[in-house]
Order: sequence, then structure tokens, then C-alpha cells
Amino acid sequence: MNKIGLIIRREYLSRVKNRTFLLTTFLMPLLIVLFIAGAIFISIKGREELKIAVVDNNHFFQNNLKGSGDIKFSFPTDVDTSNYLQKGYSAIMIIPKFEGFQHTEYIIRSKKSIGLGSEEVIENRINAAIEDNLLQQSGISRNQLDSIHLKSQFAKLKSYQEHGNRTEESNQTLAYGIGYSCGILIYIIMLIYGMMVLRGVMEEKTSRIAEVMVSSVKPFELMMGKIVGIGAVGLTQFLLWVVLIIVLTSSVQAFIPHETLLQIQELQKHNGNLSGGGMMQTSESAQQIYNIKHVLGTANWPLIISCFGFYFLGGYLFYAALFAAVGSVVEDIQSSQTLTLPVTMPIIFSFLIMSIVVYSPDTPLAVWASMIPFSSPIVMLTRVAYGVPGTVPYWQLILSMLLLIAGFLFTTWMAGKIYRTGILLYGKKISWREMWKWAFRQS
Amino acid sequence: MKMLEVKQLKKYFATQKAVDDISFSLERGSIFGLLGPNGAGKTTLIRMITGIFYPDEGEILFDGKRFDPQSDVVNIGYMPEERGLYKKMKIGEQAVYLAQLKGLSKHEAVEKVKKWFVKFEMQSWWNKKIEDLSKGMGQKLQFVITVLHQPKLIILDEPFSGLDPVNSNLIKNEIFELAKNGSTVIFSTHRMEQVEEICDHIILVNLGKKILDGSVTQIKKDFKENKFSIQLSAMPGQLSGPSFDLIEHNDNKLVVHIRDGHTGNDVLQYFLQQQIGIEAFNEILPSLNEIFIKEVEGTKATTRAFQAIT
Repeated sequence: MNKIGLIIRREYLSRVKNRTFLLTTFLMPLLIVLFIAGAIFISIKGREELKIAVVDNNHFFQNNLKGSGDIKFSFPTDVDTSNYLQKGYSAIMIIPKFEGFQHTEYIIRSKKSIGLGSEEVIENRINAAIEDNLLQQSGISRNQLDSIHLKSQFAKLKSYQEHGNRTEESNQTLAYGIGYSCGILIYIIMLIYGMMVLRGVMEEKTSRIAEVMVSSVKPFELMMGKIVGIGAVGLTQFLLWVVLIIVLTSSVQAFIPHETLLQIQELQKHNGNLSGGGMMQTSESAQQIYNIKHVLGTANWPLIISCFGFYFLGGYLFYAALFAAVGSVVEDIQSSQTLTLPVTMPIIFSFLIMSIVVYSPDTPLAVWASMIPFSSPIVMLTRVAYGVPGTVPYWQLILSMLLLIAGFLFTTWMAGKIYRTGILLYGKKISWREMWKWAFRQS
Repeated sequence: MKMLEVKQLKKYFATQKAVDDISFSLERGSIFGLLGPNGAGKTTLIRMITGIFYPDEGEILFDGKRFDPQSDVVNIGYMPEERGLYKKMKIGEQAVYLAQLKGLSKHEAVEKVKKWFVKFEMQSWWNKKIEDLSKGMGQKLQFVITVLHQPKLIILDEPFSGLDPVNSNLIKNEIFELAKNGSTVIFSTHRMEQVEEICDHIILVNLGKKILDGSVTQIKKDFKENKFSIQLSAMPGQLSGPSFDLIEHNDNKLVVHIRDGHTGNDVLQYFLQQQIGIEAFNEILPSLNEIFIKEVEGTKATTRAFQAIT
């Protein structure tokens, strides 16, 4: 068996046979779910709760001003600017008497500063109330107003994109969801596995087996064996998660009553619209499940999954080489931190760029970030979720892939030279400047 | 045919000339001592022989052919001074892994590991982890791993450090066995008394250059100081004569230096004439330790300065 193969096998087995491997594989999705749930929980709890006492000198907002979310309007009679706080209100809003409805300034006083978001909501609510009032004044009754409001909520945009000579249904919310999740996933994976490579490469130094190993295999073979072996562990974990998800979703399906399943099939046959009384008969849950399936079906899954696979591998190889280079020159985790910084910074930065690109995937920033190998694994995948070749023309995708390949070939070559010198060096504190010299100086 | 030939080897680093034109050769089956003070260039030299470093100049002939690290490493066993093993790996597994990296098939590797474990009474260690071993046990294990694949050339750098007398003896006997069976051994150490015991041939390296090269007996003869020890049956009346200088005496035991132009017989005659019996008379050859110190002391080797490369 050739030597790299032996090393890969050893690295892979020693990590997979470890009890902590199974533990983390099954705990990690749980942690991610908790993380997302926690984030949502905090964003809800984090909303400002405002009880606003309104002093309305025009006497009509009382019936028209509706609160929203955590912002509530009350119209007490005995409150003024000197006692609103004692009475338990967070703010007092004074509406002056006015003639006509031109640009008028409404004053709001509070002890704590009111957030930007809340200010916007208050303004919106006031404008809505004014609009309602104007409509009522021009003859529309309250009831008519209410039913109009209800009916006008029915518009749902269904977008279709041109793909050559056919149009396909596209769904922006889905694209956003997929793009964002893929971005987060690759980000987390690269950080975790990058660190694993760092610690793995340090193992030879800390256990002082480096010289023994290097007398049997070439340093480059040792480095590649470690990178590929650890990558294989990552791949295995990922596949286990996929299996887990499939098992979970199919077991959830088993809980759906047979009736509902039949209804879903009907809906699928008629593309979501059943004639006559058909729609009334299908249960709400069947419709919901159908909608979910339908929406999920609009995404180009083969493309997304293969791109995910490519960028996952490419991004891993690109950054793993850099982590390996750092690992070969340090002897303990503490000293590695200053050196790892220039490697983790681009990853974190790419994540930030991704969170902007996911809203507008076709800006120059998005295009550039999806080309540069440092950020392309995270950013390009987000853009791909919006559709190829719609948002991402074929040439951009291919160029980005080629650049990533060139990128990891370069970092691997550079890391090989650094690793070869660093792995046998003990006691000196190495800087990136010195590592650069090892890589590019003619030896 | 010579097992190893090293010709005009040079290796310069940015800060010093680690190996500066060294040549030597080894006969098959010999035990060869590589000596020198710290910083002399021994480790760099060894790393070039094992293929870890590439020489800047010079050539290495391994078993008559040009040294090719790719194919020749399977015939070399190297136990470096800076040694260790994967802490969390099981011992048996690790020995097999390292043997496989040296080209043995899995089956062969397992067989050989088992054989050596029995020889060194290490069978119970198979499933233990490296971190469970004491230092001495670890050294023993490392030695086994080094010689497992029956290499033609074995390089041992301070193999006895950390071993108690029993284990040291064990290893020493193994080294003799291996040499008898045709392996060539390069042995690097600072413990000169071991060198005298074990090695046939030595070279002394200092500041990147070779300063001594020869068999142990030859070198000792080269450095002889004409010192002799005499044990007499009684205290002599006279203790100075034309043929010798008295260096020290301890009752009946004398250490003398025979002057140039005189022989041992002259000295013996001197005492015989005094009617004193001679109980013992032999040459004191300098120890390698003394030779080492003599050659190296004062050459600023121990705190080696960094030199500019011209």
C-alpha cells in the first residue's frame, strides 16, 4: 500500500474510532438547531416593549391608531408630560391640534431612547391611521374599510426566470433560505475542520515523532496524508448528518395520516389547483405540506448539491493547507493563535460578506467575492442558490471554480515548503514573514 | 563492498556551515561511532544520510549505488535523539504502522513485531497506549521499531539515554547481534566509555569538519603518551631514572612516562637492578574521553557562533 494511503488510513481510523466522534456527529446538529432557535428567541425577546400614552388634541386617533407587536398605544385622560413615567408609560406622544393633514410634527417624549426600528413602526402606524381617516371622510364606511384591508392581503408574487428557451418558477425566499444556510454550513465546517487540521499537524511536533516519520516518508506525503485523512472524517460526519436528516424526514412522513397523503398526491397531480369544491375538501395540513414540497421542488437541487460538494472540498483544501502550515511551526495551542489570525480572518470576513450578498446576489461586491478563492466557497454557494444561469452566469461559475482549484493548488504547494522546514524546527518563535521566506526563497 | 560512502558532503544553512566537506566510508557489519561536541554537525550529517535533508554538495553512495531516498529508506532504520511516538495510539498498532511505512506488508509487520516483543518481553504491552509507558519502556519500544524491518543500515542517536543498566545491556547485546548478522550500525553518543566498548571504528567531527577517522585501537595508539603503569613488589629506594618521568605513585603502584629514546625495557631494568620484583607492567592508552577533550577543548565548539556564509 503506498505511503500516503497508509497515512490517510491511520489518520482517518484513529479519529473515527474515537468515542467523541460519534458524540459530536450527533450532538452538532442539535447544537446548531439550538443555536438558531436561541438566535430567534433573542431577536423576539430583544424587541422593545413600548407603552405609549397618546395625548391627541384632535380626538380621532383613538379609534384609528393601532399598535403593532410590542408597541401599544393608550389614550388616558389624566396623563401629561410630568406624570407619564409614574403612571407606568414608557413614552408620551403629543399630537398638536392642526388644520388639514400636511407635514405635521408629532412629539414623543421618553426617558429611555427609542430604537430606530420602533420609531419607524410608530410613524407607519400614524400614517396608516391618517389614511384610514381620510378614506372614511371621503365616504367609505368602517366595515368597507376593514374588508378592503382583508382582501388586499391576497397578492402573492410568483416569479419566473428565463432559462434559455424555458421559464422556470423561482422562489426568492427559498433561495434566500438555502443560500444563507449553505453559507453558514460551509463557514462552520471550514472553521471546525481547519482547527482539526491545525491540531492534527501539531501532533507530530508535540509527540516528537516528526523526525521518525520524516525518515520513512517525505514531509509532503505526511502533510497531505493528514489533510486528506481529516477531510475524510469531515465528509463522513457530513454523510452521517444527511442520513440522519433522511431518516428523520421519512419517519415524520410515517406520522402523516393516510388521508392527508392522498390529498397531497391529488394536489401534486393538479399542480396546486383543484377545481370546484376540491380545494375546500383538502385539509389545511395537506395544503401546507404540498406547498412546502412544491416550493422546495422549485430549487435546482442537483446543481446546489454538486456545487456544495465542490465548494466544500475546494474551500477545505484551500484553508486546510494554510492551517497545516501554521501547525508545522508551533508547538502549543497558545502560540498558534497569533499565527492563525490571518487565516481565520478571511473566513469570518467572507461570512459577513455573505450575509449582505444573500439579499442582493448580483452586485459587483457579490461577483468579486464569489471569485476570490478566500471567500468564494461561502459566497458563491449563496449566489448559486438564486439560480444558474439566472443570477450566476455559467462563465462566472466556471471561472470561480477554476480560481478555487488554482487557489488550493497554490496554498498546498506553499504549505508543503513551509511544512518541510517547520516540522523539524523546535524552540524558535516563527513569524509569517519567515514562513514566507521558506516558501519562496530559492533553497 | 562498502555499505556507505560519503564524499565531500557539504550542507550550509543561512547561519552556519553545518557540514563542511566531510568524507568517510563504512564497511558492512561494522559498528561505527559518530562523535563530536554539541553543534558539530552530527545531526545534520545523519539527516543527509537518512534522506531527510539534501546535501548542497558532495555525494552519498548507499550499498555501492547512488543514494536514492525514495527507495533506500526502507533499508535504513533511524532512531533520532529527538524521539517520540504518537501518544494516544496503541503500541502494537503503532509498531505495525511504522513498519508498514518502511515497506513491510501488514502480515509481515505483525509477525515481526510479535517476534521482537517476545524477545524483549514486551508482549503484555500490545494494547497499551504510549502515554502509559515509562521513559525507559518507551526507549526500548523505539529501539524495537527502529530495527524491526531488518534494515541494512541502522543509525542510533543516543540510544541509551534514559535506560537502566539492565536495559542498556540488553540493547548493547542486540547491537552486537545485529552487526554479527550483517547490519551496519552508526552509533552517535557523548558517552565515550560506551564507544570504547561497542565501536570498531570512529570519526570525530567538530565545527562541521572531520578531525579524526580510524579504528578505536588505532586512534588510541596514535594518541598514546607513552604512559605506563608499574606494580612493584616493594617500595623502591630510588624513584627517578634517566629513562622515565614519574607521574604519580601510590605506594607500590607507579605511573610513569617513558622518555623519548627509551623503551619499557629500560624502565624495567631500572627497577630490576634495585632487586625489586615486577608484579604488573602495562601501557596506559588514553581514553577516548581524554582524546575527545584534547581535540575539542578550546576550539570554541561548545558555544558555536553563527558564521556569515561567504
